[in-house]
Amino acid sequence: MNALMSLFRTWQLGIKSLFLHPMRSALTVLGIFIGVAAVIWLLAIGEGISQKAQEQIASLGARNIIVRSIKPPLEKLGDSNVAEFGLLRKDFNLLVNTIPQIEVAIPIREMKISFSFGNNDMDGRLVGSTTDYFNATKLKLAKGRFLSPADVDKNKDFCVLSMGIAEALFPHDDPIGKRVYCPTNQTYYEVVGILRKRTASAGIGGSLAAQDYSRDVYIPITTLNQRVGDVTRRFQSGSFYAEKVELHQATIQVKTMDDVLTVAELVKDALRTQLESGKGDIDVIVPLELLEQAETTRMMFMIFMGLIAAVSLLVGGIGIMNIMLATVTERTREIGIRRALGARQGAIQRQFLVETITLSIVGGLVGVAVGLLCPVTLEWLRDTLIENFPEEMESLPAEVRETVPIIVPISIPVSFGIAVLIGVIFGMYPAYRASRMDPIEALRHE
Amino acid sequence: MSNIAVRAENLGKDYVLKSETVHALRGVTFDVPEGDYVAIMGPSGSGKSTLLNLLGCLDRPSFGELYLGTENVATLNDNGLSDIRSKRIGFVFQSYNLIQQLNVVENIQVPLYYQGKVNRTTRKRAIELAGKVGLGDRLDHRPQQLSGGQMQRVAIARSMVNDPYYILADEATGNLDSKTTDEILCLFEELNAEGKTIIMVTHEDEVAARCRRVIRLRDGHIESDLPIEQDRQKYHYSMPTTEQPEDEEEDVAVTQAQAVTSDGFSVGDDELVIGGSSDSHDEPEIEVDIDE
Ligand SMILES: Nc1ncnc2c1ncn2[C@@H]1O[C@H](COP(=O)(O)OP(=O)(O)O)[C@@H](O)[C@H]1O
Ligand SMILES: [Mg+2]
Repeated sequence: MNALMSLFRTWQLGIKSLFLHPMRSALTVLGIFIGVAAVIWLLAIGEGISQKAQEQIASLGARNIIVRSIKPPLEKLGDSNVAEFGLLRKDFNLLVNTIPQIEVAIPIREMKISFSFGNNDMDGRLVGSTTDYFNATKLKLAKGRFLSPADVDKNKDFCVLSMGIAEALFPHDDPIGKRVYCPTNQTYYEVVGILRKRTASAGIGGSLAAQDYSRDVYIPITTLNQRVGDVTRRFQSGSFYAEKVELHQATIQVKTMDDVLTVAELVKDALRTQLESGKGDIDVIVPLELLEQAETTRMMFMIFMGLIAAVSLLVGGIGIMNIMLATVTERTREIGIRRALGARQGAIQRQFLVETITLSIVGGLVGVAVGLLCPVTLEWLRDTLIENFPEEMESLPAEVRETVPIIVPISIPVSFGIAVLIGVIFGMYPAYRASRMDPIEALRHE
Repeated sequence: MSNIAVRAENLGKDYVLKSETVHALRGVTFDVPEGDYVAIMGPSGSGKSTLLNLLGCLDRPSFGELYLGTENVATLNDNGLSDIRSKRIGFVFQSYNLIQQLNVVENIQVPLYYQGKVNRTTRKRAIELAGKVGLGDRLDHRPQQLSGGQMQRVAIARSMVNDPYYILADEATGNLDSKTTDEILCLFEELNAEGKTIIMVTHEDEVAARCRRVIRLRDGHIESDLPIEQDRQKYHYSMPTTEQPEDEEEDVAVTQAQAVTSDGFSVGDDELVIGGSSDSHDEPEIEVDIDE
């Protein structure tokens, strides 16, 4: 109690002394405050960016391995007038039959095509897959049913519409039971179900980049193979252009997360010839690997930020020490008076240490307060920029435009603690110098 | 019987420099009984400051003993000396030496602060002391807002707050004009009349003349140590004329105190018995035995 009281008085005295030079004290505080606020801001922004990246990757499914066919550049395709590339059905079957850890494997074919009903028509995407597609993507029905395994087995001409297509083709009618027409290959598909709106994001059916699913029409992959075949022709830039693709994508779901990396290796092994042919027409995406990479990147980022923070706090600390040394010299006379009136060396040391720590605590508190304002400030800044420079903002990548900083809770006590620690460490030497002055010399000091 | 406030026995100080050793104080012996009022005089370089630093426990002697009351402080370490300073010694400096960031009451309390004894009672005492030195209406003024004389009054109040064995004054009037000097000296005389022991370094005969006893130093030795009358006769200077008291209460007290000394009481350095409490505001009753 007594010790507490005396500490309180020392502190009170410290405040009074600091107010002798308010400007100098404020500038000292500034050094620490910038360091602390910078730590909180940088970490919050970093966390926001990495959270966004992780969400994107996670939406691909951590238990999934995605094999995608990629259309190689024209010069790699040779002279043949049919571009032939991508994952083959035999390879897909081989994977499914030889790797027991695989729970489901979803083959996907897709093509850009237009759909019509009556006088309404619309461009969209025809997707051929299996029943598993709907489960794996967690799609929700608005009406009707999904495609059944029997539909797939029997090559039924059934289709499930996404909400966007349904609204465009059937503005007034109930689409269920109606037949949608595809002019490109003169086929009809009977509507059995309509999906709820799905937010554009990466997923089973897509690549890493967010895609627009609002114009998809799903049919059994067997039906698509039978009706359309592997070769598609398109009239493009004045000439016919054909490509032969057996599967555009296979999404392989493994039973447990532990098996993902093993299975990914097996898959890559099986497709090695194609992966290494140089044609580059296949890519194996392992979201879990990406997640781990993202985690590593995040760690690197944190370490980098930590270094920046350490440097800026160090600079703040040196600033504090500098100013305290000047203060000690300037207050030599005061030290002499206090020593003459009975202050022990320890009391002088404590007095100056308390002043330095007070400065760094104030710096830390202001820094934390400003740090906490990060999300609000950035939101305001973004809104202001969008309002005043809409084109420039539009041209920025979505990651930059949409990132929301997330304050890392631990960064607050840690940065505050470091600020105080800096005060202790860098206050030690000036305080020691003050306490070691000879009282007689100090009293004589002008 | 009388108590000794401070006793020096063969007290000496050498400053060891690179090329030579300076014998600043070559072994001095004297007593200061409680209630004495001593002037230390001497030419520049004679060792006044050195002696004052030793008496103030700011420095350690090279040889000899120094007793404060009955305690030998010659061998204390730094913390021990600090504690003695805060509990037993009152300082009044030539340049006041108040702390800028503290107000009058806070400045008065500083020695108590280092005893860990600042509380409501000590604050009351500090306020009383401020009133006693005539600054009752300036309690929360900062040093910058005070005149030199007022600052020295604060310093005097501060020197008394810890009820010291003696007050050490180093050229306490050196920075003041003659009128203020007189006021401050009156204050010292009042305190002395109440029983406070005062040791003052000065080079002015007029200041020394208002003490009870003069110790003169030369080249680190005591040249003479005489009661004021004898010192005056030996060194040929005139006693100050007692100024007419103005209608202030403190001046009345001072006149009474002066009356004691100028009534022919010669205060020797042997025995001085003080009756009555030193805190009492009544006229102190002083018995003096001259044993010479
Ligand atoms: N810190 C010191 N180091 C060396 N010599 C000193 C020191 N202080 C005083 N002296 C010397 O000691 C002698 C006495 O000095 P001092 O006590 O200051 O005399 P005074 O105060 O009477 O002028 C002088 O010769 C002075 O030069
Ligand atoms: Mg001197």
